[in-house]
Amino acid sequence: MTRFLRLVARDLRLALRQGSDATIAVMFFVLCVVLFPFGVGPEPNILARIAAGVIWVAALLASLLSLERLFQNDYEDGSLELLSLSTLPMEAVVLAKTLAHWLVTGVPLIVAAPLLAVLLNMDAEGFGVLVLTLSVGTPILSLIGSIGAALTLGARRGGVLLSLLILPLYIPVLIFGAGAIDAALNGLTPRPHLLLLGGLLAGALPLAPWAGAAALRQALE
Amino acid sequence: MHRFANPARFQRLSSAILPWSAGATVVLLIVGLYFSLFSSPPDYQQGETVRIMYIHVPAAWMSLFVYVNMAIAAACGLVWKHPLADLFAKAAAPVGAGFTFICLVTGSLWGAPMWGTWWVWDARLTSVLILFFLYLGYMALVNAFDDPQRGMRAGNVLLLVGIVNVPIIKFSVDWWNTLHQPSSVIRMGGPTIDGTMLTPLLVMAFGFTTYFITVVLLRLKAEIVQRKIQTMRLTEAQG
Repeated sequence: MTRFLRLVARDLRLALRQGSDATIAVMFFVLCVVLFPFGVGPEPNILARIAAGVIWVAALLASLLSLERLFQNDYEDGSLELLSLSTLPMEAVVLAKTLAHWLVTGVPLIVAAPLLAVLLNMDAEGFGVLVLTLSVGTPILSLIGSIGAALTLGARRGGVLLSLLILPLYIPVLIFGAGAIDAALNGLTPRPHLLLLGGLLAGALPLAPWAGAAALRQALE
Repeated sequence: MHRFANPARFQRLSSAILPWSAGATVVLLIVGLYFSLFSSPPDYQQGETVRIMYIHVPAAWMSLFVYVNMAIAAACGLVWKHPLADLFAKAAAPVGAGFTFICLVTGSLWGAPMWGTWWVWDARLTSVLILFFLYLGYMALVNAFDDPQRGMRAGNVLLLVGIVNVPIIKFSVDWWNTLHQPSSVIRMGGPTIDGTMLTPLLVMAFGFTTYFITVVLLRLKAEIVQRKIQTMRLTEAQG
C-alpha cells in the first residue's frame, strides 16, 4: 500500500513540476465550452438546453488530451520496465498511474465545471448534479483511457489511434452523465442515471486496471 | 486444438473444406434470396419492405457472431499463444465490419419508410454503431505497429475489452424502451415469426455463415502464404 501511494505521489510530483498537463486540460476544457456560444449563437435558452451535453463532451475530450502520455514517458525512459519488475503487481501500477492522472486532469475539470455552467446559463438546480456526475464520471474516463493508453504504447500515430479506440467506449458514460443533469433540470430525479454511472465506476475500477496491465505486459514483452 | 496450429496441416484441412463451404454459400444464398424475394408473403402491415429483413437480420446476427468468435480467438491467442487464433481474429475483422455496415445501412433503409427516419439515437442502433467502431478500432490498432505480432496481441486485448458491448446489444431492446422492435426469433417461448418468413430467414443466416467461413479461410490461407513468402525472402536476403 505504501509503495502504491509512493507511486501515486511520484506521478503527481512529476506532473506538478512539469506543470503543463493539468493547466492544459483545464484550458482546453474552458476554451472548448466557450466556443459553443459562438457556434450556436448566444441565446440563453438554447445554451441552457445544451449546457449539460456540451460540458460533458468537453470534459471527455479534455481528459483524452493527456492520456497519450500516461505510460509513454515511463515506457521510453525504461522506468515502466523497472516498475514491472518490482513486487507491486502490474494492476496496481496501472491503478496508481490512473489515479494520478485523474487527480491531475480530472479534479480540475470538476472544479471548473460550475463556472462554465454559469457561462452557459444553466439553471442552478443542475449545478450539484453536474459536479456529482463529473466526480463519478471522470474517474471512469481515466480508467477506460488507461486501457487505450496501454494498448497504443509504441504504436505509430498513437494519439489519434487512442481516441479512435477510446471514444466509442466513452459513449455510455456520456449518455448517463448528461442524462442525469437533464433529468435534474427537468424536475425529474437523476437517481437512476447516477446509479448506472456508479455501476459503471464499480465495474471499471477492478476491470480496467486488469485489462490495462495485460496490455502493458504485451508491450513490455 | 494445437493440432491445427501447424500451418501445413491447416492449409490441407482448409483446402478440403473450402470447395464445400463455397458451394454451400452459393446454393444457400440463391435459395435464400429466391425464398425471401419471391416465395415469401409480404407483411400485412409493412408490405414488400419487410423483405429488407432477410438481409438486415442475418447481417446483424453475423456482426455479433463474428465478434464473439474473434473474442474467443483472442482469448485463445493470449492464453495459449496459438498463432492461428491471432491470425483468425485479424482475418475475420473486415468481414465482421462489413456485416455490421450492411446491418446499419439496411436498417437505415428499412427505417426510412417504416419509422419515418433514417436514424434514431436509440439503444440498439447506438450500441451496434459502437460495435462498428470497435471493429474499425481493432483493425487500426492491429496495423499500427511495426511488429505485426505486437499489433495482434494489443488487438486481442481490445477485443476482450469490447466484449462488454455484446450483451448490451443483445438486451438493449429489452432493457430500454426503444423504437427498434424486440427480438422475435431467439426468445423465450419460441419464435413469434411465421414459418413462411422464418424459413428464408434461417436459410439466409446459414448462407451468411458459410460465406463467412469461406472468406475467412481464404484470407487465412493468403495470410499464411504471405508469411511464408516473407520468410523465404528474408532467408534469401541473408544468404
